[in-house]
Amino acid sequence: MKGRAGQRNFLQLLGAGLVGVMCYVGGATFLLGSTLRWTWRGLFDRKVRLGRGALAFQMVRVGVRSVAIVCLVQVFIGVILALQMAPPLRPWGQEDKIANIIGVAGFRMLGPIITAVVLSGFAGASIAAELGTMVVSEEIEALQAHALNPVRFLVVPRVLATFVMTILLTIIADWMIAVGGYFTSFLVLKPEVYVNYWPQMQDQLRLRDFVAGLIMAGVFGVLISLIACYEGLRVRGGAEGVGKATTMTVVYSIVSIVGAACVFTMIFYVFGF
Amino acid sequence: MALSDSDNATAAGGGKAQPVIRVVDLVKRFGGRAVLDGVNLEVYPGETMVIMGGSGCGKSTLLRVMVGSLLPDEGRVELLGRNLAEVDEPVLNSLRLRFGILFQSGALFNSMTVGDNVALPLREHTELDEETIEIVVKIKLEQVGLRQAVDLMPSEISGGMKKRAGLARAIAMDPEIIFYDEPSAGLDPVTSAEIDQLIMDLSGKLGVSSVVVTHEMDSAFRIADRMAMLDLGRILKVGRRSEFESLRDGPATGEESADLIRQFLRGDSDGPITARRLSTGFEEDILEAASGG
Repeated sequence: MKGRAGQRNFLQLLGAGLVGVMCYVGGATFLLGSTLRWTWRGLFDRKVRLGRGALAFQMVRVGVRSVAIVCLVQVFIGVILALQMAPPLRPWGQEDKIANIIGVAGFRMLGPIITAVVLSGFAGASIAAELGTMVVSEEIEALQAHALNPVRFLVVPRVLATFVMTILLTIIADWMIAVGGYFTSFLVLKPEVYVNYWPQMQDQLRLRDFVAGLIMAGVFGVLISLIACYEGLRVRGGAEGVGKATTMTVVYSIVSIVGAACVFTMIFYVFGF
Repeated sequence: MALSDSDNATAAGGGKAQPVIRVVDLVKRFGGRAVLDGVNLEVYPGETMVIMGGSGCGKSTLLRVMVGSLLPDEGRVELLGRNLAEVDEPVLNSLRLRFGILFQSGALFNSMTVGDNVALPLREHTELDEETIEIVVKIKLEQVGLRQAVDLMPSEISGGMKKRAGLARAIAMDPEIIFYDEPSAGLDPVTSAEIDQLIMDLSGKLGVSSVVVTHEMDSAFRIADRMAMLDLGRILKVGRRSEFESLRDGPATGEESADLIRQFLRGDSDGPITARRLSTGFEEDILEAASGG
């Protein structure tokens, strides 16, 4: 009897969890649809303003202010990669292949993924906290009361800005990883490693490696901003709700970034991209 | 059960005018619990209707249903002749341009200056040029005595100033109706009286209809043309201010709802409201917990 009850409880918990996930994904997808619709109208319907001022403000907030921290983290990644790869390659006389590895790993995956993780904490949490505070202080209701759609007014500029700036930051990040690896080679490793560093990397990389990374960066940008806006707009319960939304934004963003990276890697692998 | 509803358009001085707001048999539930349970109310052009009630009685929910933020579960709400449950988003938005709301906290957009807050609806919904918008903003802020605060951020002004700035934003589009959610809450008596005076001026000089949700009795009696008492999601009484004044100042009648309203209006510590709070089975709960049941 107890076993059955336990089983039922487990199934109930599992079902409730699944329903919760589906509701969350459904809500976020609905928000994405609404964001795309308002973006389209903003671009092509003269009656709807896209809010270029708000977009520029958000781009500065999300992107420009994150440049230094993204560069710093990515240089560290380049240093780590170079130092981690050198010992196993040394016995085979392949230390100069460090540039090849850093090129592929950096441009295809670590550039976009680490940038996105940094942005989820730097921009995503801040967007969720901002929108959550606006909910608590009745600002969202005030927007609606003035016949202003919160998605058009708040979500669209944030999603567009994060989308664009994640791509631009990833371009910088890719090179910062490469630079980090180069300086490590120059300072720590043998001369033949850093002398051939840039030619080796150039020889290894194809345009598609760069493009694959940027496609992922764009998707990561949308995921971060969408989750942040969704979490922010559904805040309930004052300051506690804002704190929870901020935390969950970072957690869900990182999980979705890694999940999306995994899916992209599988797709690219299958299609040989 | 309403004690009486002797008032209608004539009471508001509106002749046989059609109500600007009509609430009919409104029911609103949250999680199965009826927060509003069969509310009927009409507001006529140019009148100030004050909706009173204790905390959690459903008055803020009623306000939110009236402005279309929440949809009724049963019954209907007609705003400016349109049933809110039947209108689509564009029509609701066009209605929203015809009324203004003063939120409890002012709800100013914290990332904008006071002037930009007032200018926002004008920029978004009119074709006015920036110079004209600037003039309109100055006029609206002057109306609420805040012209000097045009370039200040909301974080730089006091609570009373925020409410006045919120009011300036609410009247930016020259609305026909203004909804006030606890306009005097948290303000000192002088600032509270100033806000009341603004509400009366807007109603008297501009002919704006007002719906004020409050539990501040001094303020309510200052500004109301008619009043409605809400309790446990039901309207107990709708009437002219003078009727409520008579009820407040008169003796106890022994009739529960009249005595309940009297207790609320007078702010007495003894009466039906207190008795209801004390009869919640607290002793039984304690004894049950102590006996492990």
